[in-house]
Amino acid sequence: MSDINSNIPEGELTSKWTKFKSSVPLVNPSNKRTIEVIIVGSGLAGASAAATLAEMGYKVKCFCFQDSPRRAHSIAAQGGINAAKNYQNDGDSTYRLFYDTIKGGDYRAREANVHRLAEVSANIIDQCVAQGVPLAREYGGLLDNRSFGGTQVQRTFYAAGQTGQQLLLGAYSALERQIGMGKVEMYTRHEMLEVVKIDGKARGIIARNLITGEIERHFGHAVVLGTGGYGNVFYLSTNAMGSNVTAAWKAHKQGAYFANPCYTQIHPTCIPVSGDHQSKLTLMSESLRNDGRIWVPKKKDDNRKASEIPEDERDYYLERRYPAFGNLVPRDVASRAAKERCDAGYGVGASKLAVYLDFKANTERYGRIEASKSGIHNPNKETCMRLGTAVIKEKYGNLFDMYAQITGENPYETPMRIYPAVHYTMGGLWVDYNLMTSVPGLYCTGEANFSDHGANRLGASALMQGLADGYFVLPYTIGAYLSKEISVKAIPTDHPAFVEAEERAVGILNTLINIKGTKSVDHFHKRLGHIMWEKCGMARNEKGLNEAIEEIRALRAEFWSNVRVPGIVGELNPELEKAGRVADFIELGELMCIDALNRNESCGGHFREEYQTEEGEALRDDENYAYVAAWEFKEGVNFELHKEELKFENIKVAQRSYK
Amino acid sequence: MSTGNMNLTLKVWRQKNNNTKGALVDYKLAGISPDMSFLEMFDVLNEDLITKGEEPVVFDHDCREGICGMCSMFINGRPHGPKDLVTTCQLHMRSFKDGDTIVVEPWRAAAFPVVKDLTVDRSAFDRVIAAGGFISVNTGNAQDANNLPIPKMQADAAFEAAACIGCGACVATCKNASAMLFVSAKISQLALLPQGQPERYRRVQSMVAQMDAEGFGNCTNTGACEAECPKGISLENIARMNRDFASAKFISEETV
Repeated sequence: MSDINSNIPEGELTSKWTKFKSSVPLVNPSNKRTIEVIIVGSGLAGASAAATLAEMGYKVKCFCFQDSPRRAHSIAAQGGINAAKNYQNDGDSTYRLFYDTIKGGDYRAREANVHRLAEVSANIIDQCVAQGVPLAREYGGLLDNRSFGGTQVQRTFYAAGQTGQQLLLGAYSALERQIGMGKVEMYTRHEMLEVVKIDGKARGIIARNLITGEIERHFGHAVVLGTGGYGNVFYLSTNAMGSNVTAAWKAHKQGAYFANPCYTQIHPTCIPVSGDHQSKLTLMSESLRNDGRIWVPKKKDDNRKASEIPEDERDYYLERRYPAFGNLVPRDVASRAAKERCDAGYGVGASKLAVYLDFKANTERYGRIEASKSGIHNPNKETCMRLGTAVIKEKYGNLFDMYAQITGENPYETPMRIYPAVHYTMGGLWVDYNLMTSVPGLYCTGEANFSDHGANRLGASALMQGLADGYFVLPYTIGAYLSKEISVKAIPTDHPAFVEAEERAVGILNTLINIKGTKSVDHFHKRLGHIMWEKCGMARNEKGLNEAIEEIRALRAEFWSNVRVPGIVGELNPELEKAGRVADFIELGELMCIDALNRNESCGGHFREEYQTEEGEALRDDENYAYVAAWEFKEGVNFELHKEELKFENIKVAQRSYK
Repeated sequence: MSTGNMNLTLKVWRQKNNNTKGALVDYKLAGISPDMSFLEMFDVLNEDLITKGEEPVVFDHDCREGICGMCSMFINGRPHGPKDLVTTCQLHMRSFKDGDTIVVEPWRAAAFPVVKDLTVDRSAFDRVIAAGGFISVNTGNAQDANNLPIPKMQADAAFEAAACIGCGACVATCKNASAMLFVSAKISQLALLPQGQPERYRRVQSMVAQMDAEGFGNCTNTGACEAECPKGISLENIARMNRDFASAKFISEETV
């Protein structure tokens, strides 16, 4: 069935990676010094790869669109990073992390990649601690853990609600060290606009200096994209304003297949939309579900305040529907359950598109423990709440402050109101076991690739994957390719392929500036987001998807004839940057709908209303859809489907159950 | 598009690039909602300007949740505006009143040249980190993380210093445009941890030397940096850095 080769090494699942590492061809130190690698993106996946490759001796150029590599959106990850350390002695193991990730991904991820991820997970924690990343500790001085959704062990390492920040600053400092030594050339405020291919291989990029507007050509023996996810196709998401698909999309147009674009993660715990002015959505970390209980009133259209609704009139619907995992079911399950309650008329708040996340019970429980520690027996409720609030504050203080700042409500006193929002994209550029795309010499790491999370990513696994790819996987696998490139001299950038790629990029910029239409870039972006959210969001159906495809095509035509981009190309021009990104989002949006329409089943984050169990759970079709859908770009925004069959030899495929 | 009823007068710094002079320009805005963030209010302004065929205001921003450190507006004489412990992107219009006049300028410091309008160049911070803001450990050499227990108090203190987002508010608010709070936060984080000890005194000297070379001013203990820091980074870090810097001169065998 597969018509593409994923290059998975032969042998037992548990020994594939070890064997690969000991047999992969090496590049000797003097050759490494002449081999150049371009890394686009400076988040966890990009910065870690850039630093590690430079440490190994390669010449590295790293690009980011922000003013500093430290600002990549990995920085905003809150809750934690998984690793199979079994420090809590709760039965964790490499196999369990592997199993949880495959199951969490609804059996749509590649076994070999996921097992490798689980294997290297423990090294990541060791590496980060050695770098001075201040992960949370217990009083004994050892590392602390907490629980995340979709697992029954405590394997999540964290640094308050700023885990992504601390891990990224670790990778950033490793990167800056190499920059200081002259081994990495860093290009900040640069945006990649084209991949340059020579004789079928990726040999460089075209980038725009965002300050001067100048177009630059950069050669590399290989190019690595660690450019993040495409959640901003929905306009409103938890992504940063600048997060975009452009680098990945340009690569796609040069022959890199785009895999499973319809797998989008809608995160259950975000602050609800407050009005039309909204520019982005803010996540409240999944870690809050350790201590927060989710509920709605049992009565429809109940307009009482949360505090006035007695215990027996509250419906803790996750605990009711999924007793085994309760509030810690995976994200896709929790999001759909919230939507189901709100659609049925039980939502809370002014918009009725929200549910409660309530910390009261656990605040009191913590307070009782604290009271007991300080020798207070039979503490009254007030004492419990006071002492418990201090514990909650230490665990989640920054998140509670953020919530209060955005909503104007005090979450220590009233339950948070939350609603699902677009957060992460499991789909991305198709890569083989070596993280190489279908274009030789072009690699893709982190959220930008499709490889490890199947149809749904478990919490605290994005940080794990980004750093696994950058620190421990790519630096090995890229050697398999580069060892064959040692005789290739740096190709001068006046090569016709560079000239042609630059012309393509400049052509698009000039076209955008010269349309001089009447509507702003944001206008089109919002309309695209609306179509995507309504018809390719938390639930999709055939009719809606067909409509969406037509609407997006019409929107694309309108965009290219009526967008207004002020200013000129040769200056700092954020509207021009946005215009290029939105143009790519519009094409991607169409592909996402085509992919969702093709996949006649429900799995993970892809929920087709036509395919559900009697209880409203996702209904997979393993017979017909146990494959990765890898799309090839064809002239005129058309797409051809290639399939990579998924074989499960080490795990029993089953209906996913968290009951 | 907006749903509120606040009317505002903005005085915004407009400057084409680093080679031209800038000036404050007045804009009137109506229908602003108190639930909007400060940057969403600027989105409304820019949408207006684009519709009118004028150039939108360029400002830095990215995550809009207070952690990337990109946003950098000097609002009514204070970096990140009137509220304590928040960045510009987390500041909401409910912190202002209908009819207010709001003055918005870029960070001002010799080491942070203006790029355009409200956007400045903060790459000096990266160069300070590149001079020594790291632990020299290559990928793949680490021992098991729990082989090195670190007392919780110490780990927590290191974390508090590490919470710095590198936004530059400390520099912008300092009358000397000193970067000492930023630099000392990184030095403290690593000096408080056992992993940071081998390079401790070399680090403080390299980073301070780079800080001076970038043209940041010195510290005169005013404390404005701590007061304006959106992440509450403590002035104690500067004291710790000064102690380490002085100690380095006496005890370090390495010279930088």
